[in-house]
Amino acid sequence: MIPFDFDYFNPETVQEAYHLYHSLTEAGREPVYFSGGTEIITLGRIHQLYTDAVIDLKGIPECRTAQLDDEHLYLGAALPLTAVEEARLFPLLMKNVKEIADHTAREKVTLGGNICGNIFYREAVLPFLLSDSSFVIAGKDGLKVQSIHDVFEEHIQLAPGEFLVQTITEKNFLTAPHVNIKRKRQWDTGYPVVTVAAAIVGRRLRIGISGLCPFPFRSYEVEAALNEPALSPEQKAELAISHMPAPILNDSEASAEYRLFVLKNTLTDILVAFEGMGRR
Amino acid sequence: MTIVSVTLMINGEERTTEIRYADILLTVLREKFGLTGSKPGCLNGDCGACTVHVNGKPMKSCLMLAIEAVGEDITTIEGLKGTPIQQAFIQHFAFQCGYCTPGFIMNCQALIQAYPDAGDKVIKEWLESNICRCTSYEEIEAAVKSVLRSEA
Repeated sequence: MIPFDFDYFNPETVQEAYHLYHSLTEAGREPVYFSGGTEIITLGRIHQLYTDAVIDLKGIPECRTAQLDDEHLYLGAALPLTAVEEARLFPLLMKNVKEIADHTAREKVTLGGNICGNIFYREAVLPFLLSDSSFVIAGKDGLKVQSIHDVFEEHIQLAPGEFLVQTITEKNFLTAPHVNIKRKRQWDTGYPVVTVAAAIVGRRLRIGISGLCPFPFRSYEVEAALNEPALSPEQKAELAISHMPAPILNDSEASAEYRLFVLKNTLTDILVAFEGMGRR
Repeated sequence: MTIVSVTLMINGEERTTEIRYADILLTVLREKFGLTGSKPGCLNGDCGACTVHVNGKPMKSCLMLAIEAVGEDITTIEGLKGTPIQQAFIQHFAFQCGYCTPGFIMNCQALIQAYPDAGDKVIKEWLESNICRCTSYEEIEAAVKSVLRSEA
């Protein structure tokens, strides 16, 4: 049972949702946007999240789109992760989200909910970081399109009342050679020790990492190390490890040292695999 | 506290009751409608004991607000009658204490409907959503495969 009450709003347009948020805030309320709502429901139940007004974004058509045109892929933030899988439009993202939670939970967890959530994995953002995607953000001036690199730094950076409506990814990236590896301590379910998404773009390796730090990231220093032509895969991985941001997570899933050990081996595996595919 | 009257379509019938917006679907099914087949387990979306169908897809009813279910087609374990998967659970003795069984059966039924030719990989992916504390996994696998193989 969620131990507090809230009102529930179900807007049908982006503008209606944004204005609702602000009118509620001006009235002294504490609204939150809700799409899958899994984090709001589970954290609310254990007193780690409070709201007195929920604004459900699922009824907004722009938030539910999955459309590919001649140049771009558009994915709505309120799409359940299973819908992203079933659409089969973005192979790296499909593999990435298939590793999140479990199949039934992914019927409820949404793309935007994972990217914008409090959980520190937020691994669905990795394919968008690697593809230099853009985010469509709803704000006071309507919709704006921003590079992911301007709007996502550890967390999504939104002003009060703004929300993620869609992602936009260049079609060319969708067919890039890629791999997504989620290393777990044991079994096939549960939280990962580390998740690595990788893609080759213009003969260069791009890497995104989740689960190592309290935030997902793509690091150009790490990528430079992994693309250093004079080094062996093991040496590249060793150099990349020295450029990891801080802090490294050290919790019941894995110690910091173990996370780095697993990451180094995972990076080596990825380098060897891509070199085996013909990249030197 | 805001109390609202809602009508839900459950097992093919319109059912009306009063809820808080913060009520999860599981609580409303059990406490307002007496449909106690959906079980509270972890209440955190991990165990799958509360799985129902929403528009034919498996849904952990502890992860859904009841208000979100308005206008959707909900099926609980009470709404399944004489399905092959229920018979297969009996034939293969795919339970011990039985607490997780309704959730497993709902997930299996959704899988059978969505992928009647599901292979081992898809079966495993779907059934990882549920936990059986008595570890009847091999028998559950045999039960779902017996239905899938006979319908394929």
